[in-house]
Amino acid sequence: MLLKMLTQAMGVSGNEQEVRDIILKEIHGHCDGITVDRIGNIIAYKKGTANKNKKVMLSAHMDEIGLIVTGITDTGFIKFKPVGGIDSRILLSKKVLIGENKIPGVIGIKAIHLQDPSEREKAIKVKNMYIDIGAKNKEDAEKNVHLGDYIGFDSDYIPFGDNLIKTKALDDRVGCAILIDMLKERYACDLYAAFTVQEEVGLRGAGVAAYTVNPDVALVVEGTTCSDVPGAEEHESATYLGSGPAISIMDRTSYSNKKLSQFLYELAKKNNIKVQYKRTTFGGNDAGKIHVTGEGIPTAAISVPCRYIHSPTSVMSLEDYEACKKVVQLFLYGIENFEIKKWEVIK
Amino acid sequence: MIELLNKLTQCYGPSGNEEVIREFIIKEIKEYVDELVVDPLGNLIARKKGNGKKIMFAAHMDEIGVIVTYIEKEGFLRFANVGGISPYFSLFQRVKFKNGTIGVIGYEEKIKEMKDLNIDKMYIDIGVKNREDAEKLINVGDVACFVGDFYENGNKFTSKALDNRLGCYILIEVIKSSANFSNDLYFVFTVQEELGLRGAKTSAFSITPDYAIAVDVTDTGDTPGSKTMALELGKGPAIKVKDNSIITHPFIKNLMVDTAKEKNIPYQLEVLERGGTDAGAIHITKGGIPSGVLSIATRYIHSPCETVDQDDVKNAVLLLSAIASKKFN
Repeated sequence: MLLKMLTQAMGVSGNEQEVRDIILKEIHGHCDGITVDRIGNIIAYKKGTANKNKKVMLSAHMDEIGLIVTGITDTGFIKFKPVGGIDSRILLSKKVLIGENKIPGVIGIKAIHLQDPSEREKAIKVKNMYIDIGAKNKEDAEKNVHLGDYIGFDSDYIPFGDNLIKTKALDDRVGCAILIDMLKERYACDLYAAFTVQEEVGLRGAGVAAYTVNPDVALVVEGTTCSDVPGAEEHESATYLGSGPAISIMDRTSYSNKKLSQFLYELAKKNNIKVQYKRTTFGGNDAGKIHVTGEGIPTAAISVPCRYIHSPTSVMSLEDYEACKKVVQLFLYGIENFEIKKWEVIK
Repeated sequence: MIELLNKLTQCYGPSGNEEVIREFIIKEIKEYVDELVVDPLGNLIARKKGNGKKIMFAAHMDEIGVIVTYIEKEGFLRFANVGGISPYFSLFQRVKFKNGTIGVIGYEEKIKEMKDLNIDKMYIDIGVKNREDAEKLINVGDVACFVGDFYENGNKFTSKALDNRLGCYILIEVIKSSANFSNDLYFVFTVQEELGLRGAKTSAFSITPDYAIAVDVTDTGDTPGSKTMALELGKGPAIKVKDNSIITHPFIKNLMVDTAKEKNIPYQLEVLERGGTDAGAIHITKGGIPSGVLSIATRYIHSPCETVDQDDVKNAVLLLSAIASKKFN
C-alpha cells in the first residue's frame, strides 16, 4: 500500500533519496516530464487538455523530522541533535534506525534514581540523551555509525480503531501520496507536482521549486496538527480528526489567498465532502515560501489532520485522507475555469 | 494634513485584509500618477514616470489585528494575533471587524498573576447571547483591527495604525506635490509587512528598482523610564542606520543625510535594536538593491494610541520629495 510504503521509507530533511526513489518509480509513465532539480525536489509535469492552460503547482514535502549523529562517546554511545522541530520529551525510549544500513538503536537517559531533583522536574534535554546501538566502545560503534549519519524513527504502520492508522512521517508523506494519485489523471490545467525537500528545516525546497515552475496558482497538500485530545481546550485545537481535510486561513508563514481557500471549502461542501478550516495560526508550511516567490503566487493549503504530529507515532483517519484526495482532485478539475486575478491594471 | 491622515488611520486594513485601505488610497492618488496596478499579493504600485533612476518608495498599508479562531457556546470569540500583538496592550481594548461589528477584549479572570496573561486566555465579547447569534455576525477566520480614534493633541497626533498609515500619508503627499521629479518613481503601498515583510519582497522583485527607501514608524527613547534610544519626537524624521532587518546602504544613508543638510531639513540618525521594516526584504531581492529607511519617531507603537509629532511628518514629506527630485549621475 502506497501510504505504508511512503511512511516507512526514511527521509529525514536533507536525505530524501529513499522517498524520492519510491515516488519516481510510482509516477513513472504517468507524466509528460519529470525532473529532479539541483536541490533535490522532484518536479513532475502533466500537460493540460485546455487550449489556454492555467499553470497549477501542487506541493508536498518528502522530508520528515528526525535526528543526526553529532558524536560517539568513548563507551560507544551515539550523541545526536534534532533535525526539524522536535519536542525532546517524545524521544525517550524510542527505537531509531541510523544511517544507510539502518543500524537499530534505542534512545536512552540515565535512570531516574541517578537524576538530580532539578533534573527530574525539568524536561530532559537532548544533550543529556544518547542512542544505544549495543556497541562495546567507540571503535566498535564507528564500524557502523558515522558523524553526520541521519537517524530516523522506527515506527510500524498500524491500522487501528475506527479507520485510523498510526505510523511515522505522515507529515508529509500523506501529501506525497495524494500528489502521486493526482498525477494518474489528466486535467484541463497544466499540472506541476512538486515533491519538495527540506521543509522541516525552513521550507527550503519549496521556494526553489516555485521559482522554477512559476505557476499561476499553488496548492500545498500537508499533514497538519490536531489536538482534539484530553487536556486541550476546545478553542486550542486546530482541527478535529474525522472532520475532513483542513483548509488553512493563516499560519506563521502565510496568509492563504482568500478566494482560493473559499473555492476549496465550497467545492467540498457542494460535493458533500467533510471539510473544516484550520482554526489556530500556529505552524507553517511550504506555502510560506511559495506565495512570496517571484512577483507573488496565489497560494492555498489543504491538510489531513494528524494527532501527535512531529513524533514517531502520528495518527490519521483514512476517511480524512480520502476526503482530502477528493477535494484536491475537484480543485484540479475546477481550477481552469476559476478566475484568479494576478495583476489588476487600474491606470 | 489632518483630514487625510485621520481617514487613512481609521481605514480598516489588518494584514492580509488590505482591500478597504487599498481602495481608499487608489481614489486618493489615481489622478496624480501615470500608472497604477495591484500585484498578485495585493500590493498597490503607483508609478510617476521619469528619465532618471528607478526609485522605489515603500510604505506598508497593513496594520496589526486579531483573527477569530473559535466561537464559544456562549458567543465569545477566541482569537489569535495578526502581527505583533501584546496581550497587555490588548486587554479591554475595542476591536472592529470589517462588517462594523465591535467587540471588547476580556480575559479569563481565574488567571492569578498578570504575567500569565496570554492570548489563549483572552476572548472578544461582541455582545451576543450565544454561538448561534455570534455566527450571524462573525465566522472563524474573520479579522478585526483595534479601535483608536485619531486626534490632534498640541503639536502631536495620536491614533491607531499610524504604523504605517503615516508612511502611506507621506508617500501620498509626495505623489501629490507638484515638484518636478527627475527620476522614475515607484510608490508601493505594501501588504503583510506585519507578518514578515511579505509584500515588499514580491513588489521589489517585480519592480527591480535601482534604489529603494521604505518609510515607516520607529521607536523612541523620550518617555519616562523608556529604554535608551537616541530618538525624540519633534527632532526631525529619522534616517535609519541599522535595525534587525537591514544595515542601510551607505550610499542611501549619505543620500538622505546630504539632502537633508542641503535643504536645511532637521533629521536624526536611528539605530533600532529590535524590529525591522520592508527595506529588510527589499535590499536582498534579486542581485541586491541599495536600500534605506526614512523613519518617524513614534511613541506607543502597536498600541491604539500611537503618537507622533506633526513637524516630523512635514519634514519627512520635504525630505522624500527632495530625494525624488535629485539628479543622479
